[in-house]
Amino acid sequence: MGIKTEKKIRVVHYLNPTFANLTNEEKEKLATMAFLCFEGARRLGKEIEKISDGKIEIVKTIVGEDNHVAERLEDTAEDLIFYLQTYAYASSAIDLFIAGPAFNAGRYGMACGALCKAVQEKLGEPSVTAMYKENPGVDQYKKDICIVRASQTAVGMKDVLGKIVSLGLKLVGGEEVCPEKDGYFPHGFRKNYFANKTGAERAIDALLAEMPKTEYPMPEFDRVSPAPPISGKVKIALVTSGGIVPIGNPDRIEASSAQKFGEYSLSGIQTLLPTAYQTAHGGYDATYANADPNRVLPVDVLRDLEREGIIELHEKYYATVGNGTSVGNSKKFGQEIARRLVADGVQAVILTST
Amino acid sequence: MLTGLKMQNVYVDDVRFGKTGICCSGAEKILSFDPKSLIKSLKQDEPRIADVRVEIARPGESTRIICVKDVISPRLRIKQGSSVARVRAFKNIVVVTCGKIVAYQEGIIDMSGPGADYTPFSKTINIVLDIEVVDGLTRHEHEEVMRSAGLRVAVMLGEISSWVERPDEEKNYVFAPHSSKLGHLPRVVYLYMLLSQGLLHDNYVFCRNAREKDFLPLIVSPPDVLYGAIVSGNCVSACDKTVTWLHQNNPVVLELLKRHGKDLNFVGVVLTNELTDLAGKKASAQKAIELVKKLGAERVVITEEGFGNPEADLMMLIRGLEQAGIKTVAITDEYAGSDGASQSLADTTPEAKMIISVGNANELIVLPPMEKIIGPIQDLTKLAGAYPQSLREDGSLEIELQGIIGATNQLGWSKLTCKEV
Repeated sequence: MGIKTEKKIRVVHYLNPTFANLTNEEKEKLATMAFLCFEGARRLGKEIEKISDGKIEIVKTIVGEDNHVAERLEDTAEDLIFYLQTYAYASSAIDLFIAGPAFNAGRYGMACGALCKAVQEKLGEPSVTAMYKENPGVDQYKKDICIVRASQTAVGMKDVLGKIVSLGLKLVGGEEVCPEKDGYFPHGFRKNYFANKTGAERAIDALLAEMPKTEYPMPEFDRVSPAPPISGKVKIALVTSGGIVPIGNPDRIEASSAQKFGEYSLSGIQTLLPTAYQTAHGGYDATYANADPNRVLPVDVLRDLEREGIIELHEKYYATVGNGTSVGNSKKFGQEIARRLVADGVQAVILTST
Repeated sequence: MLTGLKMQNVYVDDVRFGKTGICCSGAEKILSFDPKSLIKSLKQDEPRIADVRVEIARPGESTRIICVKDVISPRLRIKQGSSVARVRAFKNIVVVTCGKIVAYQEGIIDMSGPGADYTPFSKTINIVLDIEVVDGLTRHEHEEVMRSAGLRVAVMLGEISSWVERPDEEKNYVFAPHSSKLGHLPRVVYLYMLLSQGLLHDNYVFCRNAREKDFLPLIVSPPDVLYGAIVSGNCVSACDKTVTWLHQNNPVVLELLKRHGKDLNFVGVVLTNELTDLAGKKASAQKAIELVKKLGAERVVITEEGFGNPEADLMMLIRGLEQAGIKTVAITDEYAGSDGASQSLADTTPEAKMIISVGNANELIVLPPMEKIIGPIQDLTKLAGAYPQSLREDGSLEIELQGIIGATNQLGWSKLTCKEV
């Protein structure tokens, strides 16, 4: 009969003025506003509807100016969410948010990423965008959203729209997606699963294979060049991943995979007595650290140096447990401890591990 | 060096308390033993044991064993001349030692539920020794008592396996890498890293501590490994410490032997240590690489034990071997944080082009409550991988895989792996 009863997927599409094909008049109007809202699809959106074989209906097109949005990412995201919430209450809800593709346009990429992330987090609806691998939006947002791999310029438009549509439909349908098959940048999370063969079998297979594929591509470490030496009488702080804490471990720092660090006073303390300090670390035999906590956190020797007038010991020390603690947490702890040390005028730090 | 090993495996249908012996009723074969006399003899041999409780845990039961120290295969070993040996073993029975936590790093075995998929010892019948030691022992003495008690019981039970006239399974392992028929196959060496850091991070090789000076790296034969050259003395995280049973049944050695003569020539095993100081790590890596070259290896499979600083050893080995033109594959686990967002290894090198991942040890799992708990329950939330809030009100336990015995063991017994999503 030619009448489709199937409900269409309702999509809101975000574009920049170039890809939305704005008229001069519209451009002038946009210059005075955070973004413009149009009913239905604009140029690229029509293409998306066509590729989806009628499954997708673009109900709104939002157009923002790259520079304006990139400089106010949070505000624009908030405005957009407010607008969509109001709109969603006024009519029926949206199913999917598509932004871009942004190719290698950096500010456009940042805008697409921020808006996709906001829609996903605040409205709970799936979102898809696409960028070239070197677009700064990839590194910034791949963790949170699905960013389809795009070419550097709009030459690869048709191909990338096809991927956006197929991934978008899968996300709306709640289907399982994966970076390789669906062509998006991995979010960068490691996830366990059971393979078909044991680790030993896979290892021997890989040993004999012509072109084996690694299961863990080597990451690159941050390299920090050493700071120039300091001279004169300096204020030195002690920071340890060896888990030295006041007895009883008041902050309950975990024995392994630490979720926090502790800040403890050293004022008036000449040496760490075994009756007052202990280690919370679960990765080494604590016998010798507990017998004399100065072995891990050398307060006694630093007080000696202080008496000799060589240094000043900072009145607080920081401790966490380095046992299996993730690099992510370590980085976070390090940044916060450094911030506090700089604020307290500390010039140098002795880091002790185990 | 052993060049031949005959494994004679006995499978039983159940283990029960009773008069010591093997009883066959119909098609069923049942091992029974008297726990009282076992306890008595353990205490007699080792006055530092205060008390032992003996329990049996079977696959599928609603049972959780906690603070597991070691798992050992009960077997009887018979040397037949200097280079050939025979082993009788109860293949589907293991001896499990557990007891008060000394280093936070003992682990869990669940006999059923979701946790059971992550340990090899949910599929075996487990004879569990929950051991208490006398007061006043150091941690090292405490662990020594536990370790030798487990080994002693494994030998005592292993003896009984020889009372069965005919084993259920026989496997003959002959190690002859120099046969001219193998000339066309790639020469493969297994480089086997052992934690050897003192302070409860030890392994024992041929009854010597693996960290003894001028001992490891060392060339051994695959039958040496399967015969039981290595005994675990480890208190490192449960997920990746190699318990003695896994050394005795090393999956990499078994797989290489299976494929030996078909698509590869397995020319030997190099055992190496993981020391605590940089100079030691460098010296060991250099010597291990020399031994691998001496065996004429073209390709090497490496297994790590532990995590963190042992990754420095692993990367040195990979770098040295790859630079010498020897292709490497390394098996390791990952510590990517419970959200999987962190970098997985403490050290890396661009030469490590082929890594087999046996899973992210930080990933969380919820273990439902069990009807029966064996072991010191008060220590449950102190296990590495647990958090103070791990034990929930309903008795379930939210814990990292790290706390489960063998969950991400780097000898690669399991199918668990990890990918980026």
